Amino acid sequence: MENIISIEHIARIYQVGLEEVHALADVSLKINRNDYVAIMGPSGSGKSTLMNIIGCLDTPSRGIYLFEKENVSQMNDNQLAEIRNQKIGFVFQTFNLLPRSTALHNVELPLIYAGLPKSVRLERAYEALEKVGLADRVDHKPNELSGGQRQRVAIARALVTQPSIILADEPTGNLDSKTGNDIMALFEELHETGNTIILVTHEEEIAQHAQRIIRLRDGLIESNEIVKERTLVGNNE
Amino acid sequence: MNKKVSSLLFEIKEGLIISLRAIAANKGRSALTTLGIVIGIWAVVTMSTALKGIDIAFQNGVSSLGSDNLYIDKWAWFNPDTPWWELRNRRNISMDDYYRYKELAKLPIATAPSTFTRKTVKFRDNIVESMFITATTSDYIKTTNLDFSDGRFFTDMESKGGRNVIVLGSAIAEQLFPFGGAVGNYVDVGGRKMKVVGVLQKQGSWVMGDFNPDNQGYIPIEFLFKNFASRRKSITINVRAPNSQMVEAVKEEAIGVMRRVRGLTYNEKNDFSINQQEGILSQINKTVSVIQIGGFFITGLSLFVGAIGIMNIMFVSVKERTREIGIRKAIGAKKRTILGQFISEASIICLFGGLIGLVFAVITGMIINQWLPTSIQFDAVVLAILISLATGIISGFAPAYQASKLDPVDALRYE
Repeated sequence: MENIISIEHIARIYQVGLEEVHALADVSLKINRNDYVAIMGPSGSGKSTLMNIIGCLDTPSRGIYLFEKENVSQMNDNQLAEIRNQKIGFVFQTFNLLPRSTALHNVELPLIYAGLPKSVRLERAYEALEKVGLADRVDHKPNELSGGQRQRVAIARALVTQPSIILADEPTGNLDSKTGNDIMALFEELHETGNTIILVTHEEEIAQHAQRIIRLRDGLIESNEIVKERTLVGNNE
Repeated sequence: MNKKVSSLLFEIKEGLIISLRAIAANKGRSALTTLGIVIGIWAVVTMSTALKGIDIAFQNGVSSLGSDNLYIDKWAWFNPDTPWWELRNRRNISMDDYYRYKELAKLPIATAPSTFTRKTVKFRDNIVESMFITATTSDYIKTTNLDFSDGRFFTDMESKGGRNVIVLGSAIAEQLFPFGGAVGNYVDVGGRKMKVVGVLQKQGSWVMGDFNPDNQGYIPIEFLFKNFASRRKSITINVRAPNSQMVEAVKEEAIGVMRRVRGLTYNEKNDFSINQQEGILSQINKTVSVIQIGGFFITGLSLFVGAIGIMNIMFVSVKERTREIGIRKAIGAKKRTILGQFISEASIICLFGGLIGLVFAVITGMIINQWLPTSIQFDAVVLAILISLATGIISGFAPAYQASKLDPVDALRYE
């Protein structure tokens, strides 16, 4: 299995006044291509900090983070922005779409930052929206879409750059259970077609969709286990 | 290298498109922001147009005197060094002085004596109260740039004979003969019947007031002496140099000749003054530049206030769109991309505002044009566009820098 993420003894320390807060104390983990990993933990466990570091939104205070053999922990802001743009697709709990732009423009946006010409961008954005089942909603703005549809637009935006990993932070947190299920089915499908997915959640049920669950507590990894009986939604269509 | 340039151009183009989208998405706020610059540019351009107009009006008015002209006079137009009583005590300049000067001076292409009076002029029911009258000889016309819309100046014969003929300025002719046909009619000038032989072309400048040829009448100086004034009245000698390079030489000669004519010994001061329109011009330029500085200061202030408004709104905008910035950064926007986006947003808003302001200024300029001989200059347009662009860049920079420095994690968490 090809290794994508290799994290070795990283720590993230915040200075709050005179006190040092160890959001992550000492974490090591590996993620391979086509893994489907859930990161779990109660609030304050360091789960968000770990996600930010994996997503290259933040850098560790100590330790080494290799992303496809590149040392991310040494990179500057611009290099990180490039990694985020080309290698990572984000899916957020609150969708984080540009509210006044159409679905198509939202999906096209990462490709603009990647510097692709317009014709290629539009073609790939259409393709991505088609993949998430929104080919007929390309000209709709987020407020004209349902919650599930918004999350699909966000997933299309994550997919459009053909990233190495998809990093989903509580992707069903703002959705009702039926819609949430549909989204989980979509992730499952993406996983089956070869994508690497990292799911950050505090819901046991959602985590059970993954192949492996990493549990965090107080900035340390509590357990890192294969899921024995995965919940499989199957293809809804 | 070539690839670098083209990718830079791509980035600029895409950045502008993103900015335009963002502006269109926030129409209300963008319009409000624009207002400050609209007013600023409008004020600055209108002010510069008006000032240019005032300047041109003064220059035109003064140059109707003729830039190659000298005026030998008992009085000095601008002479702070000589006390007024000394000027008053000077001997009058007489017609004899004029004839002797004319005989001795070799350089001038034309000379003419002139003096002024005021008389009420009537034609039937139309009256012009205390009209300004220049009394002179037939040579006078050669010392000026005046043209006729109808008729002619009085002839040498009429001039020497002191005949009852008059030439009217265009504004006077319009008042007395609203339907035209002045030439050939007799008007009543201070109780004397005088035949109108010519009407001057319109000068159109209000600057010179009574001195404006539009508001004057011209009569033979001999007629004045016979009917209205004493021969001892001091006159002005109008002298025209062949060209502007010769003005100084003509002036030097005039001083020499006049000293001879007046019989001054070597240790006596000149008892006459040689006046030039340059004196007026420098006086006017002083006044105009004071108005200019004041005007630009005030209008510049309004532009400055506009710029601060833009900066303010851009700061609010950055705050309000913190999350948007977070999203953009998360999906790969670099610092300079965000910086560029917000600077170009401010610049586009300012440029747009500048163009609207310019349109208003053109309209205002057309209205001003009714009183001042001016139109918006091309350089003012270019300057206005550059100023609005610069305003956008300068006032957009600080907010844009703030936006570019936002931490994506914090920005995404911002509610």
